Amino acid sequence: MSVVTKPNSFRSGPDERGRFGPFGGRFVAETLMPLVLDLERAYADAKADPDFRAEMDRFLAHYVGRPSPLYFAERLTAHLGGAKIYLKREELNHTGSHKVNNVLGQILLARRMGKTRIIAETGAGQHGVATATLCARFGLECVVYMGAVDVERQKPNVIRMHMLGAEVVPVQSGSRTLKDALNEALRDWVTNVADTFYCIGTVAGPHPYPMMVRDFQCVIGDEVRAQMREAEGRLPDSLIACIGGGSNAMGLFHPFLDEPEVVIYGVEAAGHGISTGLHAASLTGGRPGVLHGNRTYLLMNGDGQINEAHSISAGLDYPGIGPEHAWLHDAGRVTYLSATDEEALAAFQLLSKLEGIIPALEAAHALARVIDIAPKLPRDHLMVVSLSGRGDKDVPQVAEILEKRTS
Amino acid sequence: MTRRLCARFDECRAAQRAALVTFVTAGDPDHATSLALVKALPEAGADVIELGMPFTDPMADGPAIQASGLRALKKGETLDRTLALVREFRKQDRATPIILMGYYNPIFIHGVGRFLDEAKAAGVDGLIVVDLPPEEDDELCLPALKAGLAFIRLATPTTDDKRLPKVLGNTAGFVYYVSITGITGAATPDFGAVAAAVSRIKRHTRLPVAVGFGVKTPEHAAEVAKAADAVVIGSSLVEAVRTSLDAQGNATPGTVGAVTSLVRNLAKGVASVRKAA
Repeated sequence: MSVVTKPNSFRSGPDERGRFGPFGGRFVAETLMPLVLDLERAYADAKADPDFRAEMDRFLAHYVGRPSPLYFAERLTAHLGGAKIYLKREELNHTGSHKVNNVLGQILLARRMGKTRIIAETGAGQHGVATATLCARFGLECVVYMGAVDVERQKPNVIRMHMLGAEVVPVQSGSRTLKDALNEALRDWVTNVADTFYCIGTVAGPHPYPMMVRDFQCVIGDEVRAQMREAEGRLPDSLIACIGGGSNAMGLFHPFLDEPEVVIYGVEAAGHGISTGLHAASLTGGRPGVLHGNRTYLLMNGDGQINEAHSISAGLDYPGIGPEHAWLHDAGRVTYLSATDEEALAAFQLLSKLEGIIPALEAAHALARVIDIAPKLPRDHLMVVSLSGRGDKDVPQVAEILEKRTS
Repeated sequence: MTRRLCARFDECRAAQRAALVTFVTAGDPDHATSLALVKALPEAGADVIELGMPFTDPMADGPAIQASGLRALKKGETLDRTLALVREFRKQDRATPIILMGYYNPIFIHGVGRFLDEAKAAGVDGLIVVDLPPEEDDELCLPALKAGLAFIRLATPTTDDKRLPKVLGNTAGFVYYVSITGITGAATPDFGAVAAAVSRIKRHTRLPVAVGFGVKTPEHAAEVAKAADAVVIGSSLVEAVRTSLDAQGNATPGTVGAVTSLVRNLAKGVASVRKAA
């Protein structure tokens, strides 16, 4: 399974079966198979249509607010005393995270396909908010599935989705987090096949989702390339991003995969620590299996039953990872690390105080690894961190944790 | 390879009635009760036993079968124990076909080759694996056929005439028509549409066509039996298991009987429709 031969290009996947090496594929029920094939055709058609691209660009510029800045984090750099750290400010996008890049693409595609009802799953609620936002903008019915545990810990986003006119369905089955929200969204899709478009929030699920979501997120890496050339006249030396399913990471990484001198790090959520078993690091602590339409690394027991993931961050609390990451891991192109809840909390506070930017707990996982990698690097090393979302949604949760400690 | 399945469908045809396929989850509500239940099914009127292999994330199943699988997992059911259950059953019954139904991951983790060898040796006749469409046939379908196990495919309302040949291509034993777009145990199907769909499928294959999803009562079973070669009942049987349990979720002396009496009534419903031999 883990034998991946080194390809000529790391950017040519997936193949016609939706595989990245042995990963990916289309492991779905027959009811969904014709829909997945339809989507693949519709996406190929849209991709070839300059009008689709033009419409995307118009909305990215005037509605989302792109390009997002590539910001030199001067005080963080000085504090760590090593690599020159740039933050890719995806948290400044409309709706507060990178999720909107992908949702815009999928909603424009859904409109082309004549779909009138949009469903989505969400963990932290960032994808749910982005989906609810674009559904409001285009007058589409929107139903968001969210684990009941996440509804509780990400209340601000639930309120936002309601205000945007979406229906939020708290999912009570299983571990009542993101994985179960995905199951429930798939059950909805299998039931409402005619009018419903499933807007998946990350680079996972059956083909063509991992490819399509990646393509829509590549705007992140494409902009970084141009912005870094402008700022420093060259390519960055390293990239780092947090990974749940891995869409912000894939969007940043993909345009650089064939630049061998660019070192790339993905950071998974280590929860209470990998050795405790209470984590969400599927590459570090899992193995290949099949779930939610694709083969990828998963957290499971010896009998193939899926384990619950554990992370302080609802957006990373998922026992799988996008199949392209699984492939890049086995091929050795990207180095996958992890950060614990505690490390993320510390990074969350550090960035807030040093740069006046409150990051999402998800992005704080990437920052946690920056804190120990950057000081070991020379001052002319250019490091780009994906600041995938803003932390407003996490403020009540983090305040509660910190209050408990001081009292 | 589909000897037991063919023989059973032939018998039902000779008796001028549709076959009754009963679904229960292996290990629900516990392994011992589940074994007793499976042993009691043929006498109650089950022609084919569809045995669910529990999975934590059954994406195509409704609340009843989800809960049933979780009960079994909680009581320690594993793929090994499910295969052991089939071996035990085969000691007393060599004629009733057993189909294992589930999702791919537990099989993939067990090892496809090892799973097929063990299933065949245990006396399994066929497999239904929900998340393996024809596009992924080389994963399990083709090895299963080679190992002498039927791979029973689901055809659905979204499977159009253009796609049907692809779906039927490597199907053996029988075809399972999913009567609704949706999850197990959900909406009641439109029986007129089901009849039309069965005739549509029969234009493409000579295999028997079974119909399931949303079929709950003896009256539903009779309606489906008019059109189909077999009627599949699942959610209402695992619901009968659930309602028979005590407050702690353990089996009671009434658990097996609760299911078999329902199966008896469903079998009557199926047999009430006389079909051409």
